[in-house]
Amino acid sequence: MSVLAQAASTAGDAGVGEAIVFWILGPVSLASAIAMVLARNAVHSALFLVQTMLSLAVFYLMQQAPFLGFVQIIVYTGAVMMLFLFVLMLVGRDSSDSVVEVLRGQRVAAVLLGLAFALLLVAGVGRAAFAIPSAGLGVAASNGNLPGIGRLVFTDYLLPFELTSALLITAALGAIVLAFAQKKPAAKRGQRATVIARLRGEHARVSPLPGPGVYATANSVAVPALLPDGSIARESLSEIIEGHEVDEHPRPPADAHALTDGRRDAPEGTAVRTTTGGEEDRA
Amino acid sequence: MTAPPEVLPATGAGSLAWLLFAIPAVSALVLFLAGKRANAWGHVLGVASVLASFVLGVVIFVQTLGVAPDQRTTELSLYSWISSGTLDVDFGLRIDPLSLTFVLLITGVGSLIHIYSVGYMAPHAGAEPSSDSSRRRFFAQLNLFVAAMLVLVLGNNFVLLYLGWEGVGLASYLLIGFYQDRPSAATAAKKAFLMNRVGDVGLALAIFVLWLNLGTLQYTEVFARVGELSGGTILAITLLLLLGACGKSGQFPLQSWLPDAMEGPTPVSALIHAATMVTAGVYLIARTNPIYDLTPTGRVVVALIGVVTLLIGAVIGCAYDDIKKVLAYSTVSQIGYMILAVGLGPAGYALGIFHLLTHGFFKAGLFLGAGSVMHAMNDDVNMRNFGGLGRRMPITFVTFGCGYLALIGFPFLSGYFSKDAIIEAAFGQEGWQGWVYGLAATLAAGLTAFYMTRLMIMTFFGEERWRNLKAPDGEDYHPHESPPVMTGPMIVLAIGSVFAGFVLSAVGLNQWLAPSLGELQESPAGVLPHALVPWLVLACSALGVLVAYLVVGRRPTPVQRPEPVSFPVRAARRDLYANAFNETVIERPGIWLTRALVFLDNRGVDGLVNGLAAGLGGGSARLRRLQTGFVRSYALSMLGGSVFVVAALLAVRFA
Amino acid sequence: MSPTNYLLLSGLLFTVGAIGVLVRRNAIVVFMCIELMLNAVNLSLVTFARMNGQLDGQVMAFFVMVVAAAEVVVGLAIIMSIFRTRRSSSVDDANLLKY
Repeated sequence: MSVLAQAASTAGDAGVGEAIVFWILGPVSLASAIAMVLARNAVHSALFLVQTMLSLAVFYLMQQAPFLGFVQIIVYTGAVMMLFLFVLMLVGRDSSDSVVEVLRGQRVAAVLLGLAFALLLVAGVGRAAFAIPSAGLGVAASNGNLPGIGRLVFTDYLLPFELTSALLITAALGAIVLAFAQKKPAAKRGQRATVIARLRGEHARVSPLPGPGVYATANSVAVPALLPDGSIARESLSEIIEGHEVDEHPRPPADAHALTDGRRDAPEGTAVRTTTGGEEDRA
Repeated sequence: MTAPPEVLPATGAGSLAWLLFAIPAVSALVLFLAGKRANAWGHVLGVASVLASFVLGVVIFVQTLGVAPDQRTTELSLYSWISSGTLDVDFGLRIDPLSLTFVLLITGVGSLIHIYSVGYMAPHAGAEPSSDSSRRRFFAQLNLFVAAMLVLVLGNNFVLLYLGWEGVGLASYLLIGFYQDRPSAATAAKKAFLMNRVGDVGLALAIFVLWLNLGTLQYTEVFARVGELSGGTILAITLLLLLGACGKSGQFPLQSWLPDAMEGPTPVSALIHAATMVTAGVYLIARTNPIYDLTPTGRVVVALIGVVTLLIGAVIGCAYDDIKKVLAYSTVSQIGYMILAVGLGPAGYALGIFHLLTHGFFKAGLFLGAGSVMHAMNDDVNMRNFGGLGRRMPITFVTFGCGYLALIGFPFLSGYFSKDAIIEAAFGQEGWQGWVYGLAATLAAGLTAFYMTRLMIMTFFGEERWRNLKAPDGEDYHPHESPPVMTGPMIVLAIGSVFAGFVLSAVGLNQWLAPSLGELQESPAGVLPHALVPWLVLACSALGVLVAYLVVGRRPTPVQRPEPVSFPVRAARRDLYANAFNETVIERPGIWLTRALVFLDNRGVDGLVNGLAAGLGGGSARLRRLQTGFVRSYALSMLGGSVFVVAALLAVRFA
Repeated sequence: MSPTNYLLLSGLLFTVGAIGVLVRRNAIVVFMCIELMLNAVNLSLVTFARMNGQLDGQVMAFFVMVVAAAEVVVGLAIIMSIFRTRRSSSVDDANLLKY
């Protein structure tokens, strides 16, 4: 902190200490930014971004902006980035980018344009600003940084400040509206209405689907139920689970047979009980 | 010139003058509207209406004869026709010797030809039923023509003249194209219509100029004040009027429609394209004589046009084998004489009208004779297929012969009086004009004798070539005399051809016309003594007859047209290249221009419009593909834009 | 060392963020790249404040942070709802609005 304080005390050009810090953290922040763009995993990207932001917070502190520096750390790195990670975990953690670029020439064009842009910025800024002596914030922040900002915010920038408050409230409301999973009120149907609809034939079958594992030898969701006549109720298996080879343990022959014998060409001798039931089930 | 006669209001029968054209007009209307119901009696109504007009015309004529010459010019204002700002035109009639002369000619010859048409247009035995209605249609259009022609000559202002002018143009167009199923007739009608339009533009412009400068279009006022105009304006007016006259009268350079107009039925050729309508140009110039009196230059142009035309007509007439075309070019030539006469000024106006009248008789008679011959020869017009018809159709032969002798100026027949008088007056001019006019007219008289003698010999004398030939419709020729309804008018006209000249000069036509045309000035001695001229003309004509006899009469006429022939004959057969000239100079560039415009429109204008639309459409279809829906593409373009803007900013800032 | 170095670093970080927006397809990572761009701008604002001797730049950066927070809230909510309907957080999958 002493280095920072020393840096803050100097009015104009940065001192040696600040230079040292800059030349360490500057490359770090740039490398982190590049790494963020290049990282395949979105969580890694977020973490690299956090690193960049922290570096920037240090820069703020060094440039006599302690308030912004801490806001950067607390609000940005702390709250906003956590929100990012939260949403990331919620929706897109495993949907990492595919390597294939679908837009032809997009990457090359982006990099080339980006380099051109950077070149222009560096050339322009370098040519314009190196000659300007730095004034330093000695006078403006004579009462301290925070009181200075506070005075400006509540005097010259009062109206924008109030507008930002309105903006924040609007954003909060908008987020609630957007994130609120709407359910249609009419979608909910009473039990009586459902029964009537079932008996009218509006559903594929009158009864509910049978649960898995009923009368089966195993209690697993991957084992289909047996109907009272002993045939297999294939619809008792979830569609997601079907086709998933979960069965590694040896099963009793009948059930192992039942599991695989949904087909018609099953040998008659091994599936005595299933034949009629299977056909009835299909009917 | 003498002071213009006082104009009095019409009285007595004169106040009924409007019936002159109203009767045929109503008749035409009835015949047009009545449809098939009028098939049975349509021709009777047509003849009766023209006869009624003729009778009324005679009554008015007699009444006018009864008053002193200076009171013979009357006007009858019917109603205010056009009243628009400063333009005020009355529907008024001018009944004076000139218009009455024309009325009698039109209704008299018109009546004869109407009667003739009853026989000529009669449906053939076994003809299709539509020919009945075609005869009704024919009479309706013929009546329309008579009505329009009477409006033309009776109007007391230029607008009525123009109304009649266009009316006869319409009737002429309809009647030339009467045989609608023949492409040649349709083409000839179009040609006549188009070339008449050229002339009509001239007439219309002349009327515009008159109104612009004088503010009135009534003859009396115009003639009274025309002297106020500058010489250039008067010359322009006269030349424009001459253009109108050339168009209507088939004068050079607009002469080539008239021979083609022979595609119409022969009575039409006789009435419209020989006796009356084509002389409207002569009437126009004679009527506007107070204007022409003021401009010797204009008169010279008129006379030169007449000279050129009479030579052209006479030369081409020698080469044709088509009997009606020969007569048509003869008409062109004779109207050339009339134009020459009226171009001579006060010394010639009355002579032009005189020749117009006699020509009306004998040329109508000749055409009716030709129609009779065609009637006998299955509508064939090729004289090489004729021959020896004189024995078969004696009445036609005799009446035609009368017309022939009158036309070539046989002594003491009609043409002798009128044509010789014109040639005399032509020789009476001073200097080069006298020589040019006189010699050309004399030469044309010789040529006229030649081609008419050739026509007579080929048609009525010699061996009967038609015996070994088939008509175009595959039948044998059975020449026969025409029915009395056709021969009657021919006889009347033949009598007129023989005696009209003598009678008219004896009763003093020139004095009769004086109130309208001014006193006929005796032409001065000019370049040749007057006593010498008739002998010269007679000798020239006799030479023409002799040559024709030697060339045509002494050897058998080949049925096929001899080819090749010398250049003058070739040129004459091709109308002295008038059609070729028109095609090359006017039609061809017109077609090219149209094609170029069509091309420009299709490719240029349409191409521009369609191309713009297609370009926009195609471009949009391609540009649309930029809208991929991938937000990263849009972001890329945004970055590109940013780079551009930053680069531009830096360039401006630091450059 | 001149404070201009901060500006250069800021420009580079901004460019890296922009490239990230263009090449990454995971909507959340794209969002993080946007955050990086905003932070880069903040760094330059703070540096400008120091160079000018005025606190206005810092106030501006403060506002940027607030707006960024609001934006993050709404943006993440949008990503959530898109994910809920499309089962995907790739920006390329939401491409129906096109020709």
